Order: sequence, then structure tokens, then C-alpha cells
Amino acid sequence: MVLKRIIIGLVAPVVLGVVAITALAWSLAIAPIHRPFPGSFAPADVARGAILAAVGNCATCHTSRHGAPLAGGLAIRTSFGIIYSTNITPDPATGIGTWSVSAFRRAMHRGIARDGSQLYPAFPYDHFTLLSDADVYALYAYLMTRPPVDAPAKVDGLPFPLDIRALQAGWKLLYFHAGRFQPSTEHDAEWNRGAYLAEALGHCGACHTPRNALGAEKRGHAYAGAAIDGWFAPPLTAANPSPVPWTTAELDAYLGSGLSPLHGSADGPMASVVHQGLPKLSRADLQAIVVYVETLGDGDSRAAATAPAIAKALAADRVDVGATDDADARLYTAACASCHYNARTVSNPDRPDLALNSALYLEDPTNLIQVILYGVSAHEGARGIVMPAFGAGFSNADVARIAAYLRRTRTNLGPWPDLENKVSAIRARGPGET
Amino acid sequence: MISFRVNGRSVTVQADGDTPLLWIVRDEVGLTGTKFGCGIGMCGACTVLVGGRATRSCITPLRIVADADVTTIEGLDPAGRHPVQRAWIQLQVPQCGYCQSGQIMQAVALLNDFPDPSDEDIDAVMAGNLCRCMTYRRIRAAIKQAAAEIKGAGNHG
Repeated sequence: MVLKRIIIGLVAPVVLGVVAITALAWSLAIAPIHRPFPGSFAPADVARGAILAAVGNCATCHTSRHGAPLAGGLAIRTSFGIIYSTNITPDPATGIGTWSVSAFRRAMHRGIARDGSQLYPAFPYDHFTLLSDADVYALYAYLMTRPPVDAPAKVDGLPFPLDIRALQAGWKLLYFHAGRFQPSTEHDAEWNRGAYLAEALGHCGACHTPRNALGAEKRGHAYAGAAIDGWFAPPLTAANPSPVPWTTAELDAYLGSGLSPLHGSADGPMASVVHQGLPKLSRADLQAIVVYVETLGDGDSRAAATAPAIAKALAADRVDVGATDDADARLYTAACASCHYNARTVSNPDRPDLALNSALYLEDPTNLIQVILYGVSAHEGARGIVMPAFGAGFSNADVARIAAYLRRTRTNLGPWPDLENKVSAIRARGPGET
Repeated sequence: MISFRVNGRSVTVQADGDTPLLWIVRDEVGLTGTKFGCGIGMCGACTVLVGGRATRSCITPLRIVADADVTTIEGLDPAGRHPVQRAWIQLQVPQCGYCQSGQIMQAVALLNDFPDPSDEDIDAVMAGNLCRCMTYRRIRAAIKQAAAEIKGAGNHG
């Protein structure tokens, strides 16, 4: 596998790159401009751009842990190597202060920097290409009116020849289709609005769609779920293994508040989406996204599965109580039950029922391990409440034991293989920058 | 610099984000009613409320409580007369007392979620709070007495 990656990594881009470069020639630089006076932008455009930037999650990738907003420097760990996000404040020397609106539009729509160099697809221009010119302009107005920050780009950690940006032209030839969003005539305006927001701006597929060996989203596998940045973005299709389907009501609660009563809360990279991005949207736009996402998995058609799943979960909650001869159950009751036990109902979303929680049902135990090891902060999950970081006290074996116990007692699925090593690997990685 | 609130008061501390909330509460804020027990989140002596929910402060890193509301045993009631505290005194629940502030905080959280708890509910939710003096029977009785009092107060007013 590694060898294959290396071969693909070394040979394919070279061949493709040569072809692409000769075919496409160079992209020309767009002349630098003097940084536009912030007052030259209409306040309405800036305000709309602020909402679009929040929903598009620009700041999540373009801000490092202790850095100034939008000044870049966040390490993005791809399977090819580390890429650092760049400074998108209007600083003329280190940011995008000299970018004209046409240069900015070309970057968003075609993935080419002002100087003509190719951008890596870690920047999801394959989604942003769908954005309308008006929305791109509003984003430009917002970014160009932010405080400029002097923050030079960090040197990416990509191996030769992937560090040759010109070769990205070959990648584009294979996988990139430029063009604005085309509404579907089979659906109504609300669905199309949701599709536009999710596909073009929210770039949901960038995390939730698996990627091929060259890092492109796999066509035909849209929203099938994928490992991303130390977490696992669950499938948004009917293949989502949660016992309760993602109905309109559940999606509305989850995307609207970060907390769904019957699936759990948003954590990891999704936390900033629901807490910093989506709340900026109008109610109608949020509802449009819910309508669109519901159709990806068609959850409402399976709503009848909800009640039996809840009954089963509540029965599972009772198996641990007083089970003093089972060491796994004792560990669970001492550590977890005080918050996660539910007696007669699961009406309290602040007591996430683990027998319903998405993390238990995924093929990959990463999300469950992440949360047990590092907890959930007051800014993630349910606002204002936290889950402690059990990794501070538990050995890797303890964490693996709890995960295995939950999988064994709450689901009908097979045990997760190699759990302790997985815990060890996630602990070694640390809590991450986001 | 991380800011949050303890018993309604704003607190800003300069400490590593991995510092347990328990150390901040005891050593920086100076509220020593919350106790250190096992240090691994398995005994409940360090229980405080974060956003109203029982939380083991010994394994809660400071970074995750940024902007949150923390309540310690000192903040439960200005006069120490929360219904759970009153029931505890009436039934003389504690023996040595070391685990009891954690027990009380967990019991308060329990009653918020289960206003009329069954024995099973109490066993499940209180299982993470150990008492080496074995006051469990009195804890259970006091929880039921507090539940009845809270319910009665609700009915009358």
C-alpha cells in the first residue's frame, strides 16, 4: 500500500504534470493592486460576506491555534504531507492585499493564486467554483475589510515532486470541473438553495466524501463518510449506521444547535460548523440545508425505526446498573453512567444516550476514542457543558475496554479490531489544533 | 489566559490549558470545598457543576471550560441551605465527610434530571461517587428526602 502510494505519488504527477503543462501552458499572473480602501466596499456586501465566510468555515482552516483570525498557519495533515493554510487577511506583503477581485475570483473558481501559481486542492476550490459571482464578491468585500496581519506563509511539508505546484494542473485536468452551481429541475427552490449552500459554500463533501489515491473526492461515493483530520466524518447517505435515522427533526436539532437528542452532539471539526458557521444563517437558509441533507439519506422514509431503537437503548441502559461482577460494567458505571444513564426516556439531550450515539456504530472507532481521551469543551457539543478528558486518568487499555464494552452491550455489530493500538495512536497524535 | 466563571464570579487564569480544573478551583480561586480523591475521575470527590451538570474536575482540563459556568459546593446556595444540603444535615449523612461535597454536587445534578428518582436511578447515577465510610444508605435516603422537599416546594409555590 505504502509502496503503491509512493509509486503513484512519484510517477503519476510527473507524467500528468508534463502533459498538463504543455497542454494548458502557464496561468498568467494578475497584476497586483493597491489594497482597496475598506470604506470602498458597501456595508451590505461586507455583512453578507461575513455570513458567507462563517458558513464556508474560512477561519477554521485559515487560523492557527494561537494566531490572528484568518492569518493562516494551521497545519493541515493530508495523506501526502503537511500543508499550511495561508494568510487571507488583506496584508499586501503576506496576505491577499494586492489581489484584485478578479484575482480572488480566479482563486475561488479555478484554484489559481494571483501570481498564477496553482493552489493545492486542500483549498476546496472544487466546491467554491460553484459559488455565484455575487457571493464571491461579498466574500472578497468581507476579507478585504479585515485587519491586515503580517504573517508569512509557512513552508509546506510536501515531498518532491508534490511540492511542484505546476503539477496541480494535471490534477485539475483529471478531477476538476469548473463551473457555477446549476439548480436541479427535479427539486424545488428550497432544496436547490440548500444544495447550493451545502455544495458550493459549506463544502460538506470535503470531509464527508471519501477521496481517491490522488486526494480527489470520489465521484459516485458522495457523502459515503471519510476519515478526516483525526476524526471520522460519518456517511450522510442511507449507509449511515446510526440506529435512529437522520430525520428532518434530528437534522434540524443537530445543525441548528449542535445537539441532536437521538444521535449525540457535534464535536471535532464539525463543532465549529454548527456553532460558528450555521448560526449566522437565516432560519430559511438553515432549513434549506436541512431539507437538502435529509434527501441525501432519505431519513424521513425510515422514521418508523426511531421508536424501537429508543426502546432498545433504554433497555441497554439498565444492563450496567448493579452489575458488580463484570469489571467492564463497573468501569463504565463509575466513569460514564452518572451522565449517560437514561431511565424511562431519552428526552434530555444533555444526557446523550450512548446506545443511540453515532460514534458507536461507525466502522471506525476514532470519534468515540477522541471524545473519551480528550473530552468535549464548552464550545463544542452542547454549548456550555463539558465532558472531562478521561485520557488524563485512563490507560489506553482502560479506554479500549470502555469502547469495547459499549460496542458489545449497545450494538449488534462486531468488535472493533486492534482497539488498544488505535487508542495509543490517537493519544500520540494529541488533541489537535482545532 | 483562560476565562470562565466560578459561582457567578469571573475568573481569568494564566495556566497551561491541560491544568486540571480542580487545581484552579482550589489553588487559584481558593475554594477548597471541592476535594481531590483519586485524580483519575473514578471516585467523584472532585465533582463540580459545569453548565449545571456534574463534572469530575480532576480530569477536566482548564482549556475545555473556557467561558463556562462552574459551580462548586460553596456556590450551591449562599447560606448552605440548598434542599440537598438541608437533607444531608437532617439525616447526618457524612461520617468522615471527605467525599461528601462531591456526593452533594452529584445528587443535585441527579435531581435536576430525575426529580423523582427510583433506587435504580440513584444507583446508576451515583455509582461513580465512592464513600469509604459506607454512608450509601443515608445518601440514598437524603436524596429521596430532598426530592420530596423540592417537589413540595414546587407544588406550593
